[in-house]
Amino acid sequence: MNRVELKNHQQEIFNFRLRLFISIAFVLLLLAILLARFVYLQTMRHDYYQTLAEKNRISVVPITPNRGLILDRNGVVLAHNFSGYTLEITPSKVANLQATINELATLVDIAPRDRKRFKKLMAESHDFETLLIRSRLSDEEVARFAAQQYRFPGVEIKARLFREYPYADKTAHLLGYIGRINQADVDRLEENDRTSNYRGTDYIGKTGLEQFYEDELHGTTGIEQVEVDSAGRAVRILSRSAPVSGNTLVLSIDAKLQEIAEQAFGDYRGALVAIDPANGEVLAFVSRPGYDPSLFIDGIDEESWKELNDSPDHPLNNRVLRGQYPSGSTIKPFMALAGLYYNTRSPELSISDPGFYTLPGNRHRYRDWKKEGHGTVNLFRSIVVSCDTYYYGLAVELGIDNIFNYLSNFGFGKKTGIDLHGEVSGLLPSQEWKQKRYKQKWYTGDTVSVGIGQGYSLVTPLQLAHATATLANGGVSHVPHLVREVRNSSSKKPSLQENKPGFDVKIAPEHLDLVKRAMVAVTQPGGTAVQAAAGASYSIAGKTGTAQVIGMKQGEKYDASKINERYHDHAWFMAFAPAEQPRIAVVVLAENGGHGGSTAAPIARKVFDYYLLGKVPQPDVVPADKVMGAASGVPDVGEEHD
Amino acid sequence: MTRRQLWQRFIVHLDMPLLLGLGLLMSASLLTLYSAGNHDFERVLAQGVNIVVAMCCLWVVANLPLHYLMRTAVPIYVLGMLLLIGVALFGDISHGARRWLNLGVATIQPSELMKIGVPLMMAWYFERHEASLTMKNYIVATLLLLMPVALIARQPDLGTSLLISASGFYVLFLAGLSWRVIGGFALACIASAPVLWTMLHDYQRHRILMLFDPSQDALGKGYHTIQSMIAVGSGGLFGKGYLNGTQSHLDFLPERTTDFIFAVYSEEFGLIGNFILLAMYFFVIARGFVITANASTYFTRLMAGSITLTFATYAFVNMGMVSGILPVVGVPLPLVSYGGTSMLTLLLGFGMLMSIQTHKKLVKS
Repeated sequence: MNRVELKNHQQEIFNFRLRLFISIAFVLLLLAILLARFVYLQTMRHDYYQTLAEKNRISVVPITPNRGLILDRNGVVLAHNFSGYTLEITPSKVANLQATINELATLVDIAPRDRKRFKKLMAESHDFETLLIRSRLSDEEVARFAAQQYRFPGVEIKARLFREYPYADKTAHLLGYIGRINQADVDRLEENDRTSNYRGTDYIGKTGLEQFYEDELHGTTGIEQVEVDSAGRAVRILSRSAPVSGNTLVLSIDAKLQEIAEQAFGDYRGALVAIDPANGEVLAFVSRPGYDPSLFIDGIDEESWKELNDSPDHPLNNRVLRGQYPSGSTIKPFMALAGLYYNTRSPELSISDPGFYTLPGNRHRYRDWKKEGHGTVNLFRSIVVSCDTYYYGLAVELGIDNIFNYLSNFGFGKKTGIDLHGEVSGLLPSQEWKQKRYKQKWYTGDTVSVGIGQGYSLVTPLQLAHATATLANGGVSHVPHLVREVRNSSSKKPSLQENKPGFDVKIAPEHLDLVKRAMVAVTQPGGTAVQAAAGASYSIAGKTGTAQVIGMKQGEKYDASKINERYHDHAWFMAFAPAEQPRIAVVVLAENGGHGGSTAAPIARKVFDYYLLGKVPQPDVVPADKVMGAASGVPDVGEEHD
Repeated sequence: MTRRQLWQRFIVHLDMPLLLGLGLLMSASLLTLYSAGNHDFERVLAQGVNIVVAMCCLWVVANLPLHYLMRTAVPIYVLGMLLLIGVALFGDISHGARRWLNLGVATIQPSELMKIGVPLMMAWYFERHEASLTMKNYIVATLLLLMPVALIARQPDLGTSLLISASGFYVLFLAGLSWRVIGGFALACIASAPVLWTMLHDYQRHRILMLFDPSQDALGKGYHTIQSMIAVGSGGLFGKGYLNGTQSHLDFLPERTTDFIFAVYSEEFGLIGNFILLAMYFFVIARGFVITANASTYFTRLMAGSITLTFATYAFVNMGMVSGILPVVGVPLPLVSYGGTSMLTLLLGFGMLMSIQTHKKLVKS
């Protein structure tokens, strides 16, 4: 017994030693492989690598891919590339920069703007980098310079693709622009391990869709490995892999609609958003005024920048995404639904409106816009005539908590999640918010003004448009989005962007019907936006609103003629059509436009007319609202406010 | 006790030949780092601190009796597994991979711990069932290996998971896994390669493809390989001389103090230098095998063999990667690359080797 175990033990030791020997042989084999590799690299291939290391170097030349196109829903080009020539200078190779530029100016046109931009680029980059002095050279200029090139060491002409936005300022806030890659962009690329794909790329999406869809639009950089001699000239091409162009974005935007909406604004500043309620597709996205995006591509010169940045019109401000305004009375349909939902107000209940509202035990008068009041008002009529008193009381009875809960279902106070960066969330006030922000408790008085969309509450035009679309769609919400389809550049296979469902709001059908009917009545004689639907062959459900820019003292009266135009109220109009089967929801904000009914509603009407009927507005006639108002024989509502 | 006795006491558990080999390699490390870091003495100093700290740990481990070592197997393994699960659930993402665990005070990379934890656990397991090893035991041991490997591969950290697989495989191999199973497994691997291929991440596939043609990604990861091959090849027979490497000093070489330090060494010391370096590695590995052969228990044999073979593998993989015969997997050159963590794990392993060697002598005497 003992002997067997002993033998086994010896057998085991023998086995182990055997395997150990195999291991040693394995290690020796590995070392031999390495040694063989070293011998190969360092003796047989030594000359080859020696040359590469010291004299001729392999130069890896990136081939920049073409940036993807951006099309509207009908294939109209909104952003494309065209090839052209630029004149570029490498400061480190130029002895006297100023003299060289002056000399160049005799050959090609160099504007003061170009010089300023060059100065700015120089301050931002290294000496050895090649910097742009003129872009878009004409063929003649190219020929003139080419003949004289020997006189300008360190100056060269480069063929390059330029980005062009045919609609310029009309799509600036939507598309954004590309611009030269700066350090912040480099850091971001490094973080995402994408730097290798950006060798040779000078531009990157900076704002708007160009920024949001950068990964789709950029494409894959190709590579050419060339052998270069000591002077850096390419001797021969060793290998090449073709670049892959960026993908094409097909937007849900209708370029024609966008244009019509732009024009409809006339001189007004403001914003317009049109959404297809059935799927959240954004059909028009207007922020006025726009700006010329091409200024930014090669770095904007200081003068133009100042002009844009300091302009009182704030053209760089994307009002759709980032403009925060009091919603004014456009909140009333949502408040009405809240009242119905919580059973605070039955449809039949009527109040008597003396023209103001007071809290019990308080003498402060919350005034209705109509001084003498609206008389007997039920829920239906409260929307049609936009009765403030009704909503002061409703808000107080609902309480801020219920208001907050119900309105946040519609997306107020939250980002909509649209496919653009930089969206702000507006403000839907709550007790918690006030405690945090002001270290104060919520007072009932705060609730009163929330009822008519004033006070603390702020919305962005996009939020209101999203909420309008949700209402139009019976409470079923879709995240608004601008890109409909991404077309792969190599496979040509389109990948449809999914319609993302948002938060749904539960609305009882009879409540929805009541509010919709009231909103239709808003655009009928007796409503606040009668101009909107006058003579229309389809029905429009809408609501006007006024966002106060300056506060009024107790007992003071708003008189537009007495105050600076910039302090005039902002005009809102939210609407969808056809009311029975909504195909489009629109929100219009006309800054300092005064009355929603007369300023904002006609703009929406033109959008509806084009989208639903294909009707293009005739320019240069008497302002459309006046014509329509007269044609239908509706007298102007005397003291129109909302 | 005289001073001499104290000294004796201090070094009794150190294995002098092994210590000599480690010392030579670490000297090469400091020397090359000075050049690779563009004469940055702080880098060298920092690596010196890494070495001193790791050496202290080596001394402690070398002085631990073997049964203590064995007792740590299960706790280390369990701790490592818990941390790996923690990483999978709450780990920090950096560069697209989830490898780090933020403990509030420090971020740790649990896969490093498992480089020692896995072979330790497997050797411990085999020792426990030494008397009656059946197929079942090999299967269990394989599972002990695969669980952490799967978690690490998912992070994804393909390089580390393959290296840990290797160290675990060495334990299985030395524990007497039958040749038929090994052959069968090899066949299965070849057969399943196409399936595995589809499971790999894009960037991992990319790296493997790039191995066959580094110019494929000449702007990105292939750039490393192309540049390091130029460095090695241009070194020639005698090298360009210390501090005279052009590739390394003109900034063509990436990560030249860490994963690609061998390219710097090779460019400056040439084929002769490479031969000497390989000889130093072989010396350390050979000593490891001697210790393995002399080891007295099943556990120590497996452990010593696995540590030695793993060390050899690391060296091979790194130099293979720099010279362009293996994909870029992010493995440092053991004992030479700059880095505290890998220095520590390596010297902990060598501390175990020394403990195995010296405590056995005491048992006998």
